[in-house]
Amino acid sequence: MGVIGQFFSSIPIDLLIIQTVNGIVTGMILALVASGLTLIFGIMDVVNFAHGELFMLGAYMGVIAFATTGNFWLALALAALIIGIFGAALQIVTLRPLIGRDPLNTILATFGISLVLQNYALWQFGPVARKISEPIGAEFTLFYLQYPWYRIVIALLSAAIIGALWLFLKFNKFGVWIRATTQDRVMAQAMGIPVPWVYTGVFALGAAMAAASGVLFAPFGGVDYSMGLQWVLEAFIVVVVGGMGNLAGSIVAAIFISLLEAYAAVWLNPSQAVIVSFVVLILTLLFRPTGLFATPK
Amino acid sequence: MRAEASIDVGSPANGGGAASTPLLRTELLTVRFGGLAALSAVNFELARDEVRAVIGPNGAGKSTFFNCLTGVLRPTGGRIIFNNEEITGLRSNLISQKGIARSYQITNILPNATALENVRIAAQSRRHSWNMVSHHGAFADINDRAEAALQSVGLLGKAHEMAANLSHGEQRNLEIGIALATEPKLLCLDEPTAGMSAAETNETKELIRRIAKNLTILIVEHDMEVVMELCHRITVLHYGQILAEGTPAEIQENPRVQEVYLKT
Amino acid sequence: MSAAAEKVADALVRVDDVHTYYGKSHILHGVSLEVGAGEVVGLLGRNGVGKSTTLKTIMGLVQPSHGSVSLAGAAITGAAPHKLARMGIGYVPEDRRIFRLLTVMENLRTGFDRQGVTETKRKALLDKVFAYFPVLAERRDQAGGTLSGGEQQMLAIARAMMLEPKIILLDEPTEGLMPRMVSQIRQIIDALHNEGIAILLVEQNVPLTLQASQRVYIMEKGVVRHHCAASEIDVNDDLIKQYLGV
Repeated sequence: MGVIGQFFSSIPIDLLIIQTVNGIVTGMILALVASGLTLIFGIMDVVNFAHGELFMLGAYMGVIAFATTGNFWLALALAALIIGIFGAALQIVTLRPLIGRDPLNTILATFGISLVLQNYALWQFGPVARKISEPIGAEFTLFYLQYPWYRIVIALLSAAIIGALWLFLKFNKFGVWIRATTQDRVMAQAMGIPVPWVYTGVFALGAAMAAASGVLFAPFGGVDYSMGLQWVLEAFIVVVVGGMGNLAGSIVAAIFISLLEAYAAVWLNPSQAVIVSFVVLILTLLFRPTGLFATPK
Repeated sequence: MRAEASIDVGSPANGGGAASTPLLRTELLTVRFGGLAALSAVNFELARDEVRAVIGPNGAGKSTFFNCLTGVLRPTGGRIIFNNEEITGLRSNLISQKGIARSYQITNILPNATALENVRIAAQSRRHSWNMVSHHGAFADINDRAEAALQSVGLLGKAHEMAANLSHGEQRNLEIGIALATEPKLLCLDEPTAGMSAAETNETKELIRRIAKNLTILIVEHDMEVVMELCHRITVLHYGQILAEGTPAEIQENPRVQEVYLKT
Repeated sequence: MSAAAEKVADALVRVDDVHTYYGKSHILHGVSLEVGAGEVVGLLGRNGVGKSTTLKTIMGLVQPSHGSVSLAGAAITGAAPHKLARMGIGYVPEDRRIFRLLTVMENLRTGFDRQGVTETKRKALLDKVFAYFPVLAERRDQAGGTLSGGEQQMLAIARAMMLEPKIILLDEPTEGLMPRMVSQIRQIIDALHNEGIAILLVEQNVPLTLQASQRVYIMEKGVVRHHCAASEIDVNDDLIKQYLGV
């Protein structure tokens, strides 16, 4: 009784609120990364192990574009565009020939691509992490912290991008093509939808979203060749927990997991807090393997 | 259109009267999927050594019926009694142990094993042994049974051929051989001639005619020639109920059956 | 020999000695048939004889291992299905396959969202389709999956009509429908015929097919066994009983 009482009185409410904000911010970036991943899986059953590297290359493109133009937002747009095109090229060259084959082939292919891109980045940019400064330096006071406004901006921007994606899928002609192809690839073709190009388009879209997340995250920590690894692992967990191919599910799952991790970080140290996401993954696989929020297709 | 079915598969056990109980019986067998009744209170009886076909237009419930009998699907209501034992709702491996074997519409063989190995695995299921040390080919009685099964389906000559290299017709026959190796009391064949040419269909028809001696067989088929020539009796399903039952001649004369098939 | 048995000159769609496999299963053993422009041609046969596979081969959804398919004289064997749809082949499969999570309007949109469809044309197409199928207009914002079987069949046909096709491949449109709906389908086939759209109608409903078609083919075990004008054969014919009855 005494220990429990002590425990409850020691809950730092202010710390929890700070962690809530942190959790939402990280969650939104994670949601952006995971959306691309789940979109790609949902439409063409491709498990894209190279997604983290697209995130990482996006960050590097952002660094270069920022150095060239001096404008963070322009750098963000350019990085997304360049990596989007790169993603399209990648899909056409390496993944299109594998369509219709054993799914293991695409898993191996994307895994191989991830290794190639990591080592390319290491070779091209060197092992020292790059830094990109925040576009908005201002801070506000949150309890005893000076909390950077930039973090709030990222969360809002990620939400805006995801919102734009949702509107695109719902109303745009190509968005309808994507949804039709996801539901019934064969009938989409029979309706004149050029399905091979829709696949390329979705891959490019996913890549662009990963790249944008990379640029948004860059000011937080450094940009280095291995930054994709940690994110892609979390993104996969989010995609599985949210239901593979379920966009809304991934977004909710991303925020949910990030919040849990942020709270766990209050008592554990951050590298241990990551365990939380694995626990959630295991529980989901045990009890609701199609995803916590999966809708039947 | 054949007015007489040529039957030399051995006479069905219908002369015994009250003494011979049916091998298989269903009572008010019902399967509902939500609001849809795929099978509706079906009362079905199959005598020992009979060869019976189950036919019917699309959606009549033939596959559902088969799936219930072989434990793939659990009925929503009613009972299935096999060899005087209730088997309703038992899992398919238990049903196989009780003596019901099934071949599938989509060929289900192991492509990377030889024909003999495919059949031997099935033969093995009937013999229990704790012997973990001997080579799998060392059990003489299992080998003998496997070879006998291959012989009945005409594949003994290809015993050591990889199953993947067999022709389509041979693969379908291998599947029947696998079912036979379990020494079943009831053999359920699901569209055995699907995707076969006229020549292969003939071969399979003869095969079934040969193995039908001393075996009870239930066939779902769309090929009317096969059905008319092989079967003692035919059951026609329609919208989950039995529309008609009788000899091939009786079914052909039945105007209601023609109506249902031709949608007149 | 009936006039119908001679080769139709300038056939819109010609299938020539096509062999199609599913894996090792040899489904089509050399199918040949033709559909002339504006004709309604019936394709009859029992389950499993290869009628649907023939349509899928024409639509490019399966590749034949041998033989050829041509559209208005041009070879289309092995062409990608989305190109064939744009070239004027509409496909209405067995079990309809409408996009269940898209609304009725979005389903139709997949058909009219293409090059060359102006705002006026789009409106004209929609007006026509809603005139044929008023219930679709009522349900235009409902998800496809919430429609009844008959309504889904109408949507599947309407969706194909959005492509302004020269020919529609109709696979068992009356299967599972109530008699009242069956006669509605009959009327739709007649209306499409009056507009000059050719139809290759796969069916097991013999009376409907004989009434709606100009010519019929009968298939068995992967080949065409009989071919004649629809007027030359009757539902009580021995041939019908042999290939379709019991």
